[in-house]
Amino acid sequence: MGGHPVIRLIAQRIALGILLLFAASLLIFLGTEILPGDVASSILGQAATPQALENLRNELGLNEPAYIRYFQWLGGVLTGDLGTALSNRMDIATSLWPRLKNTLFLATCAAIVAVPLAIILGLVAARYKNGLVDRTISGLALSATSLPEFFIGYVLMYFFAVYLGWLPSVSTVHEGMAFGDRLRAIALPATALTLVVLAHMMRMTRAAILNVMQSAYIETAELKGLSGSEIIRRHALPNAIAPIVNVVVLNLAYLVVGVVVIEVIFVYPGMGQYLVDHVARRDVPVVQAVGLIFAAVYIGLNLIADVISILANPRLRHRR
Amino acid sequence: MAFLRRVPFGAAIGLVITVTMVLAAILAPWVAPYPGSQVLGGVWEPASSQYLLGTDNLGRDLLSRLIYGGRTTIFIASMATALAFILGSVLGFTAAVFGGWVDQVMSRLVDLLMSIPTLIFALVILSVLPSTIPILILVMGILDSTRVYRLSRAVAVDINVMDFVEAAKLRGEGRGWIIFREILPNALSPLVAELGLRFIFAVLFLSALSFLGLGVQPPHADWGGMVRENREGIVFGIAAALIPAGAIAALAISVNLVADWVLRRTTDLKGGRGDA
Repeated sequence: MGGHPVIRLIAQRIALGILLLFAASLLIFLGTEILPGDVASSILGQAATPQALENLRNELGLNEPAYIRYFQWLGGVLTGDLGTALSNRMDIATSLWPRLKNTLFLATCAAIVAVPLAIILGLVAARYKNGLVDRTISGLALSATSLPEFFIGYVLMYFFAVYLGWLPSVSTVHEGMAFGDRLRAIALPATALTLVVLAHMMRMTRAAILNVMQSAYIETAELKGLSGSEIIRRHALPNAIAPIVNVVVLNLAYLVVGVVVIEVIFVYPGMGQYLVDHVARRDVPVVQAVGLIFAAVYIGLNLIADVISILANPRLRHRR
Repeated sequence: MAFLRRVPFGAAIGLVITVTMVLAAILAPWVAPYPGSQVLGGVWEPASSQYLLGTDNLGRDLLSRLIYGGRTTIFIASMATALAFILGSVLGFTAAVFGGWVDQVMSRLVDLLMSIPTLIFALVILSVLPSTIPILILVMGILDSTRVYRLSRAVAVDINVMDFVEAAKLRGEGRGWIIFREILPNALSPLVAELGLRFIFAVLFLSALSFLGLGVQPPHADWGGMVRENREGIVFGIAAALIPAGAIAALAISVNLVADWVLRRTTDLKGGRGDA
């Protein structure tokens, strides 16, 4: 080891992330092994003949011990082979790729709107702390965190797609669709996703700013006679950027999960919809593959958040 | 009555809505105008004096179904929350009192469980297990106990080094006594405040699972399942699906308001600590 302490810390954190990812893959694999019978009997149901069960077991390789199957699966995943789906015999990686792109497109669009909006609202709430604006924003945020995703989704659909007829109620996208049409198709799900993460992100931004506002140098700035907005702009915001970036990345991880329900509401052809369909069909290879990708994105975003907070800490950045 | 007058406006509303919903759930067979699963009229009839909230996608009375559905939602969510609390707090206190490798093993396992999004992991498990009510309670309770574990461990680590715990240890009390007679009573107030938030999480989580068709299975329906049953109506301008969705939202907001007030009260007792 050695080198700059920051590089060492970051290397440690990345190594931990990789370790966590492997452990998560093991957990996902074990999660599908916990049932009393096995996958074959669960797919075919009670009425299956012993012969049919045996055939399926052979085909799935279930007669091998679990640890061998785990390493075979892991080896496949690492080389880009996610296996074949039980329900339609299609290669999982090929059907997954366009859906992953769709999901990332939706999540990115939601993030582009949600992040600046959350930070601005958080700053406004912190500037007028305990005033009418702050109370209104905080009250709305409190209720928004307890609204289920499908309530937000269907209310938006009811008003904007059905009542006003401005936007399509179902978000159909396909290959070769013009960018503008694509944006129009995802306008409602992206809005719903934005509302889902906005409140939390905003509350945490406000808390990060208020935390910095308790420092001694802010008091000095106040005593110098600077105005409230000036203090936030020149003294509080630069020091709060690290926690805010941290909050934003953590909430992006939350957005990745929120996407599952939103995609089902708007029948959007993404990863979440794909996962839910195949859970209902008990298509274990697909569920394992999609579950692992969701876990990887989630662990990756958490890793980025931690690395950013290490990088942003001036005490670690400058060698003493 | 002096106690009730000090309840803030928001918390009072929350308390009234929560109590009403819980009472309606418990007394469902006496309160509901019709049996929950009986087909009575046409499909998606509008609200009338006969059917106060209209009828659902099969012509069942929506209000009755809402009351019976609330029973399922509140029951499963409470059981899952109770399981999460018992499991999480006992393990968390144990980790704090034993320390050493016991703490390390349990804490790293919890880290691992929390590294996978709860909904995704639940979906992975439900792809091989049938969605029966006991399994739903178990899965939700175990996954949610990780959050309770973190909180109770953190609280118990603080309490474990206090003088009265040291005194009990010197007196020769066993670890069971330390956990249940010394730490538990002193850790109760932060845990009670957390209880409300975990209950909301359980309600939302169950509703999401049922909405995705992977929670409570038909012909039974909780509120999430009712949203699923009636969602096709939305594109025809029929708002039936919004009613159970709104009920979930109302319950969650009400419990949140009450929990917020309880949290403020308990922190006030300690001189406003933690109100950052």
